[in-house]
Amino acid sequence: MANIFTNISNFITSTSQLPDVESLIRKTENVTLVCKGCNNEASKHQLLRNHMICPQCGKYFRIGGKERIRLIADRKSRTDMFDNFESVDFLEFPGYAEKLAKSKKSTSEKDAVTVGTARLGGNEFAYFVMDSRFMMASMGSVLGEKITSIFEYATEHSLPVIGFTASGGARMQEGIVSLMQMAKVSGAVKRHSSEGNLYITVLTDPTTGGCTASFAMQGDIILAEPKALVGFAGRRVVEQTTKSKLPDNFQSAEFLLEHGFIDAIVPREKLRETLINILNIHSAKEAKA
Amino acid sequence: MTPYEKLKTARASTRPTGSAYVNRIFKNILELHGDRRFGDDAAIYSGIGYLDDDIPATFIAIDKGTDLQSRMQKNFGCPKPEGYRKALRLMKQAEKFHRPVICFVDTLGAYCGAEAEERGQGQAIAENILEMMGLKTPVITIVIGEGGSGGALALATADKVYMLENAVYSVISPEGCASILWKDSGKVADAAACLKITASDMREFKVIEGIITEDFDHFDKMCNSIRHQLKKDLKEMMKQSSSKLLDNRYKRFRRIGYFTTAE
Repeated sequence: MANIFTNISNFITSTSQLPDVESLIRKTENVTLVCKGCNNEASKHQLLRNHMICPQCGKYFRIGGKERIRLIADRKSRTDMFDNFESVDFLEFPGYAEKLAKSKKSTSEKDAVTVGTARLGGNEFAYFVMDSRFMMASMGSVLGEKITSIFEYATEHSLPVIGFTASGGARMQEGIVSLMQMAKVSGAVKRHSSEGNLYITVLTDPTTGGCTASFAMQGDIILAEPKALVGFAGRRVVEQTTKSKLPDNFQSAEFLLEHGFIDAIVPREKLRETLINILNIHSAKEAKA
Repeated sequence: MTPYEKLKTARASTRPTGSAYVNRIFKNILELHGDRRFGDDAAIYSGIGYLDDDIPATFIAIDKGTDLQSRMQKNFGCPKPEGYRKALRLMKQAEKFHRPVICFVDTLGAYCGAEAEERGQGQAIAENILEMMGLKTPVITIVIGEGGSGGALALATADKVYMLENAVYSVISPEGCASILWKDSGKVADAAACLKITASDMREFKVIEGIITEDFDHFDKMCNSIRHQLKKDLKEMMKQSSSKLLDNRYKRFRRIGYFTTAE
């Protein structure tokens, strides 16, 4: 019975909790963007009001780190954490320092992931959001440290984790150390899981390489955005390996659903309510005993 | 040797393959096949035996094959999802019967074919890494030739990792790196140098515990000394409680990373 009342109270308060899109719009420059699906132009403000979905053809624009949480979480609930880490060019890898500087400038972020806590329908959760605008959200030491840290925090405070993945894979400019981040994060995911905590991944376009081969596929519940590219090896590599042309839907979210590797494909306009429903179902205290 | 020369040495077809080590280091070997899900991947030679008269152990070795026919059968040592799932099945079995797991890694990487993607190559590797982080029995991995990216890590999320002196371990093949960064797969030597892939590099990054001297002319002797090292390590590790073991494994990976914390 208690659960029914919790759900009703969540429903009643839900309007005041809705994401504050208007305030985000006020703080965002109204640039004109071109849709990669239909080549039509759309204004940033128009897109923000439409979950960053093209009003003409329905294609999903990629959403960067903090914007994602602001568009989906309860208003004024977001707290960013562990955001003082910065990458180091410790291998003196050709071009790395320049690429880092360029991405920092164009995104105003220090690296490719934002982590912290927020609420959905009143449920507190920890999050990480990868940002493909920053060096294709390749996974270096900073990304590994931040995601590990937020899992450790979530374990300590018995919080569910929701991770929005997008990545080109490991950050080769950090050599073997970048590969080790996959194991490091997985260790923290395992500890979080062993304590009976919930981990939801939302696979967004594109989730590939070492990201797919580690924490993206380790969720208790794995959701994906429609038509998101999700795979291990790159399409070109697969085509070269097999010397054959692949079908258009190869490595799409729909392809993964058909082959049994994800739980559901959720359109953006349904994602908030879907996540709230999952968090509610897992929020009962008895379920964690 | 330059990193590129080491890369070529690590890939040399004359080099002993995974099964050669297993067959010399272990006794009373029984190969165990299949992932109980889809099939049996010949790229992974795995089973049970004795490390010594009194130490039963599970072995999991990537094997590249020794002639063209066996290389093709073993897919040139590039495991498919069913290979990683077979490995995980045997690791879980080892945990149940309290025996250690010894892995031998030698792969360019996990297989990149269409059917591997269909059967969830990424998921298979992800699950291995996750489950190895919680496996309540000691795991020791030796990189004997190539340690290729996630396909290697899926058998190397271990308590201790050793490398042969001319083995390499890399996040991406130097060919792949050169092709992505410089659109020129010919710049392999440059990429091999930039990526830092040698055993001494790995020791510097604290990614491995030790380097094993190669002496293929006296291979039996070399394998005896590997067995001796494994026994020495396991003697210590088998004394640890499983929570201490897991805690040490967690810390082993937790500390890896380079960054600044500037305000």
